[in-house]
Amino acid sequence: MTVSQVSFGSHEPVLEVKDLTVKYVGDTRSTTAVDRVSFSIGTGEIFGLAGESGCGKSTIANTIMRLLKDPAKIAGGSIRFGGKDVLAMGPEELRRFRWQDVAMVFQSAMNSLNPVLTIGEQITDIYTTHAGYSRKESLRRAAELLELVRIDPVRLKSYPHQLSGGMRQRAVIAMAVALKPSLLILDEPTTALDVVVQQEIMAQIKELQHELGFSVLFITHDMSLMVELSHRMAVMYGGRIVETAKAADIHTAPQHPYTQALMGAFPPLTGPRIPLTGLADGVKFHNIPDLAEVTPGHFVAPFAATDTASAHNSAAACGPATSPALLEGAAR
Amino acid sequence: MRFILRRLGFYLIAFWVSITLNFLLPRFMPGDPVSRMFARSAGQMQPEQIEALRKLLGVDSRPIWEQYADYLHNIVTGNMGVSITRFPTPVTEVIASQIGWTLLLGGTALVIAAVVGNLLGILAAWRRGGAIDSALPPLLVFIGSFPYFWLAMGALYLFGVILGWSPLRHAFTDGLEPAFSWEFIGDAGAHLVLPALTIVLVSIGGWMLGMRNTMIATNAEDYITMAEAKGLKPGRIMFRYAARNAMLPSVTSFGMGLGFVVGGALLTEVVFAYPGVGYQLLNAVQGLDYPLMQGLFLTITAAVLLANFLVDILYVRLDPRVRAS
Repeated sequence: MTVSQVSFGSHEPVLEVKDLTVKYVGDTRSTTAVDRVSFSIGTGEIFGLAGESGCGKSTIANTIMRLLKDPAKIAGGSIRFGGKDVLAMGPEELRRFRWQDVAMVFQSAMNSLNPVLTIGEQITDIYTTHAGYSRKESLRRAAELLELVRIDPVRLKSYPHQLSGGMRQRAVIAMAVALKPSLLILDEPTTALDVVVQQEIMAQIKELQHELGFSVLFITHDMSLMVELSHRMAVMYGGRIVETAKAADIHTAPQHPYTQALMGAFPPLTGPRIPLTGLADGVKFHNIPDLAEVTPGHFVAPFAATDTASAHNSAAACGPATSPALLEGAAR
Repeated sequence: MRFILRRLGFYLIAFWVSITLNFLLPRFMPGDPVSRMFARSAGQMQPEQIEALRKLLGVDSRPIWEQYADYLHNIVTGNMGVSITRFPTPVTEVIASQIGWTLLLGGTALVIAAVVGNLLGILAAWRRGGAIDSALPPLLVFIGSFPYFWLAMGALYLFGVILGWSPLRHAFTDGLEPAFSWEFIGDAGAHLVLPALTIVLVSIGGWMLGMRNTMIATNAEDYITMAEAKGLKPGRIMFRYAARNAMLPSVTSFGMGLGFVVGGALLTEVVFAYPGVGYQLLNAVQGLDYPLMQGLFLTITAAVLLANFLVDILYVRLDPRVRAS
């Protein structure tokens, strides 16, 4: 595959993932969660990874930071970060690589903070471990960080349970940019938050990205959010990437029937009410082939023409295939 | 601060309830210590002596509330009466002569078992499926399920009688005068090793398994993954992030254990002929020695309540989430 040549922001990719395969190995059977996935992210680029739950998005994120735990096994492929082979790193090199080069905001900010340490301690240990600053200097920088995400620095002395969900998520984002990493992985950073706070958080991330210029791997199943934020995006299905292109292209002209179904599952905020379409009941894609370039920079996994016909379905005939929104659409 | 005062109030009420029960229970028991002493002295007591004894021991026919008022007064002033089995030594003296050894034995065993057991549990959970995790839990559970007296006698026979590494009985060599000298401390230490070791052996498995299980649950928490992603040093993740959260239930058990240490370790004291409160309590029950029984129960109750109170305070320091509520 030649997807790596089409990074958006710059010619030099920060992250290059090639033919990555991750399996969850069991005693009797194994599941391939990520199947020969390739993509790359350029400097300053925001790359979105979309797909339904269980399609392998988070597994990819965890693989990039080498956070996989048994029974997950990397079965093949390579991950290169700024020319370094991530999969070949030793424990000490890996420890330094984490957070300095790649930082990550996890799905549930609620649970990603240690309940018995103050926010301050959890920020300063980043500095004391990686940058070797003194405690005082670390505290000063931690206060600056909190100000960056508009949290009052007196909160350094607070424990996680004393902060609201949105504040906790912002504190986690502040931690993520503490060492000015060149890549930030956002793994559904706003899933547990209400829409208003979601907007604030996303605006915050955009602002920080503008200021600090890091690249972003943005993972979500919220297509509207993704199209709005990303430069380029990929759609995953069953561990495979079925389509990748500029976000705008996927928004206006999705090619793969799965992408079309995913886009169709979200109602437009304005305009006339239209029936939502999704994947028809029981439609599954098997043996998804490698991507092929259809227009410059727009790669789609080849699919049989009959797929489109059978996959597309008006709301009236739809079962609860992909989205609850579908049912709402049908009820109107 | 308000939290501590509230807890203190709670424990004072609990203390009052328990001393009241402590007062009532023996009085509902059949038998009367004076008649028993009379029987033992084979009728050589004069009626005046019996009357005097009754007065002295507080076994009187006054109304129960008057006795109760007296009893409370005595507790407050630290006067617990005179022991009957070791007549005429005051109860406080009997307890004071034993409690030091009990605290030494029980405290040493508890601290070693808890510290080593928890550390092993932390390591086992951290390297789950590793050598420590696979070998130790079954072994310790195996040892822990021996009847204690059997294990203690076996150890005494092997290390004391056959190998001769350990003294056979008592807390220090007979004839040695208790003093703060290296000689005496060394001797007392040598006498302590085997009794303490047997207690540690049977109790350490529980500490280890408890810690291991909580720690495994904690290791699956998102904040541990986050700490790993932050690239912190493994030691810091293991202790400050994982064990720091997993230790909370262990702290509670430790507090309870600390309180019960005061009750003595009866079987250990019997097997190793070690001085202590446990044996004293057995004697008191057998001899219907109410004052001593009451004194011992009172001490145990106070110790358990005090240990719980300390754990409550410690818990507030350890878990910030308790402070809010």
